[in-house]
Amino acid sequence: MAGPDSRVSGAGLPWVRVSPASVFPALEPLLPRVSKPVQYVGGELNAQSKEWDSVDVRWALMYPDAYEVGLPNQGVMILYEVLNERADALAERCYAVWPDLEALMREHGVPSFSLETHRPIGAFDLLGVSFSTELGYTNLLTTLDLAGIPLHARDRDESHPVVVAGGHAAFNPEPIANFVDVAALGDGEEVVGDITDVVKAWKAEGRPGGRAELLLRLSRTDGCYVPSLYEVSYGPDGMITGVAPTDERVPATVQKRTTSDLDEWPYPKAPLVPLAETVHERASVEIFRGCTRGCRFCQAGMITRPVRERSLEGIGAMVDSAVRASGFDEVGLLSLSSADHSEIAEITKGLADRYEGTNTSLSLPSTRVDAFNIDLANEISRNGRRSGLTFAPEGGSERIRRVINKMVSEEDLIRTVSEAFAQGWRQVKLYFMCGLPTEEDSDVLEIAGMAHRVIQAGRAASGHNDVRCTISIGGFVPKPHTPFQWAAQAHPEVVDARLRKLREAVNSNRKLGKNIGMRYHDGQPSLIEGLLARGDRRVGAVIERVWREGGRFDGWSEHFSYQRWIDAAAAELEPKGVDLAWFTTRERGGDEILPWDHLDSGLEKDWLWDDWQDALAGREQDDCRWTPCFDCGVCPSTGTDIEVGPSGTSLLPLTVVNPVGRELGA
Amino acid sequence: MARIRPGEAANPAPPTVQRIRVRFAKRGRLRFLSHRDVARSVERAVRRSGVPVSHSHGFSPHPRISWVGAAPTGSASEAEYFEIGLTRPLDPEVVRSALDAVLPDGLDILEAVVAGPPSLADRIDASSWSLELPGVEPAAARAAVTALLALDTLVVERVTPNGRRQVDVRAALVSASVTDGAGGSSDPEGNTGVTPEVAEPSGVCAILAAVVRQTTPAVRPDDVLGALDVVAGLKPPVPAKATRMAQGLLDDRGALADPLGPGRVTTQA
Repeated sequence: MAGPDSRVSGAGLPWVRVSPASVFPALEPLLPRVSKPVQYVGGELNAQSKEWDSVDVRWALMYPDAYEVGLPNQGVMILYEVLNERADALAERCYAVWPDLEALMREHGVPSFSLETHRPIGAFDLLGVSFSTELGYTNLLTTLDLAGIPLHARDRDESHPVVVAGGHAAFNPEPIANFVDVAALGDGEEVVGDITDVVKAWKAEGRPGGRAELLLRLSRTDGCYVPSLYEVSYGPDGMITGVAPTDERVPATVQKRTTSDLDEWPYPKAPLVPLAETVHERASVEIFRGCTRGCRFCQAGMITRPVRERSLEGIGAMVDSAVRASGFDEVGLLSLSSADHSEIAEITKGLADRYEGTNTSLSLPSTRVDAFNIDLANEISRNGRRSGLTFAPEGGSERIRRVINKMVSEEDLIRTVSEAFAQGWRQVKLYFMCGLPTEEDSDVLEIAGMAHRVIQAGRAASGHNDVRCTISIGGFVPKPHTPFQWAAQAHPEVVDARLRKLREAVNSNRKLGKNIGMRYHDGQPSLIEGLLARGDRRVGAVIERVWREGGRFDGWSEHFSYQRWIDAAAAELEPKGVDLAWFTTRERGGDEILPWDHLDSGLEKDWLWDDWQDALAGREQDDCRWTPCFDCGVCPSTGTDIEVGPSGTSLLPLTVVNPVGRELGA
Repeated sequence: MARIRPGEAANPAPPTVQRIRVRFAKRGRLRFLSHRDVARSVERAVRRSGVPVSHSHGFSPHPRISWVGAAPTGSASEAEYFEIGLTRPLDPEVVRSALDAVLPDGLDILEAVVAGPPSLADRIDASSWSLELPGVEPAAARAAVTALLALDTLVVERVTPNGRRQVDVRAALVSASVTDGAGGSSDPEGNTGVTPEVAEPSGVCAILAAVVRQTTPAVRPDDVLGALDVVAGLKPPVPAKATRMAQGLLDDRGALADPLGPGRVTTQA
């Protein structure tokens, strides 16, 4: 059984506050005994290690998953550069250690460490943790415990780092409210600087008022939510009856941060290049942030509004910098729906021209079928590998696509894949969700018909039978700050049964079915993700119990234990009059106080409710980039506006001979 | 996903006009790189460096870089080799310094020469290793080595991803000797920017030098230590640090001929 271990050293030892020593000499003999030791040694290209004593404020930035997943994370990379550019701050990184190394660290008393200088995490002023998914929560507890940092924020004193949660999951940090000191809402570029300023000033003044004063000051910093300064009350039925600050100086609601001009924040300039193999090996450039397509299931699209595009010139400069600094041979143009950039044709043609003959490929990881065309596809594949085309219709039936407001038509899909197959593509991947609100078996079974028609169209267009369609299906998890935040999550048994029927339907026509691959995960992890996504502070005890009983790496099927979560939820929630079903498969009412109501993503709750009612009625909502504003509330509340092109700029022509590297001899 | 337009070459890449052979080191904490990690890092460094590498033809062109027997993950090396094809001739020193400038510290390009026959693989049939054994008395290590050398054969078993394999360590071992390494700096490149304050568990440290013939499966430093355990019960208290010091062709006296040696002549032209 894992738990706090007195042999683990950390804060409180005399060397922690003055130039703490590297733990590498103690770690190094353990490395030959663990799998993939290279992930723990640091030394990556573009990693930065600044002099410890040359700065005032020191951040450890963590991505709470394995190195191979965490290293390519754009959020961490951006904050890492932004902080290290400051003369008065440094940032180092850490990732979750696998259980084999965790066991050895406990046995040998090696604390959690940073990768750059292998200093103990307990010696930093701040530990910033980026949560893309809720399934990383148990890994946070491992890192805190190995660092010697008390698991519960209330047990920490001024010698311990301030634990700051960020990322999309931080928009409902209530399940981890007991473990984090601060949740930073929204875009991170500017708030990390503000937090750094607050900590710097407090330290320079001699730490007046101790940790309590520091947390109070942080609670008054825009975008920073300090859970310990809010009290949650519950009614006899288990419902939340109120959330109120415990101090009159603390704001009643916390509004997300929004970076309005992305061109002013061209990060990462020099992306980290891993030595070990990672999940994404490419130079990624975020071409715009936010999305107003209005897909009702999509938390990212809701909480990152409004749309803010980078200019053509800004994108061109970032791609140039990233390619030269990294040596990557693939450039990913990232956003929530990359083909929607108002100048995507100019971007892709300009970059394909620039990298002609250099074996540098472009990729658009997220493209909508209705924004896609073959010219775009040809530019993307001009200089590199022609991978398959991937689209996400998300719902199998026209009806369910109206419910989720993903208004792509099957005609669009069939037309696009026909053209692609005619041009030589041989494979298309389609993404769907199962367990959507109002969904019936028939909605899911229509996925089979769509896949069959893709194969038929592909064969007709290509003139031969060798075409492939892969359908990939994920379980839907309702998320906070979306119109589906009130929805009942489908039980895993329902999802699994529908997917069994779908498989039968796909294979009912063997001539077509043999060219269709089907991938899905079982529904159980989705239910736990749902508990963590829409939970309140009472769920924290479930997380802690799961962790104490060995829960680690819950996003990995080989480590995830559904039974452990079920048992822990029963033990911790039922005495409080609620249970797993109450948090997941129960539909919420319109007047219910939701655990995240005091955290402001900019969206009006009334608008979200109306959109939820529109969903139930199967009514669509247009995109405000091309149709009039529908008053979701984001622009006025964040003081921003849609930023779309044309930007009036151009991809600057490069006057150099070699667009991917140095000039020899220069 | 291949698609060929009529009348168009699949990949009109410029041909290879020169091949350069390179010796490089894998040092310090970067000794934990696997061969695949090294290969990826070098390929990216080649792009950054501006060295005009040639590419294979076809739809998924790869840079023409070929490798010979990589040191195992976790072992350092002063003598790793690759060969790179260029689309225009260059002074090998220009290539060496351009690559070294863009590689992370710990992957260090040491030497480069124009390639000539015979092939790199035909210039290497043995490796010389240095194994640091902190906490092991040199006398104990010496006794174990003597016992091993007295045998004609000694087979140890290694667990690989493909199952258990038998390797005859003694048959591959050309020579072995022990020196006293106490007091010396163990790993000048292994720092992480901070002065280590944790001392070795004890002052003693044996250093084992061994020349090992290339066999299939390859005898690794761990196998040599496994053999010393079998013959004499030698068990290092902490993992040994292995460094490949040289590779080359064994001559009559058991010394290794430099694989880049004869190639140097052509660079003088």
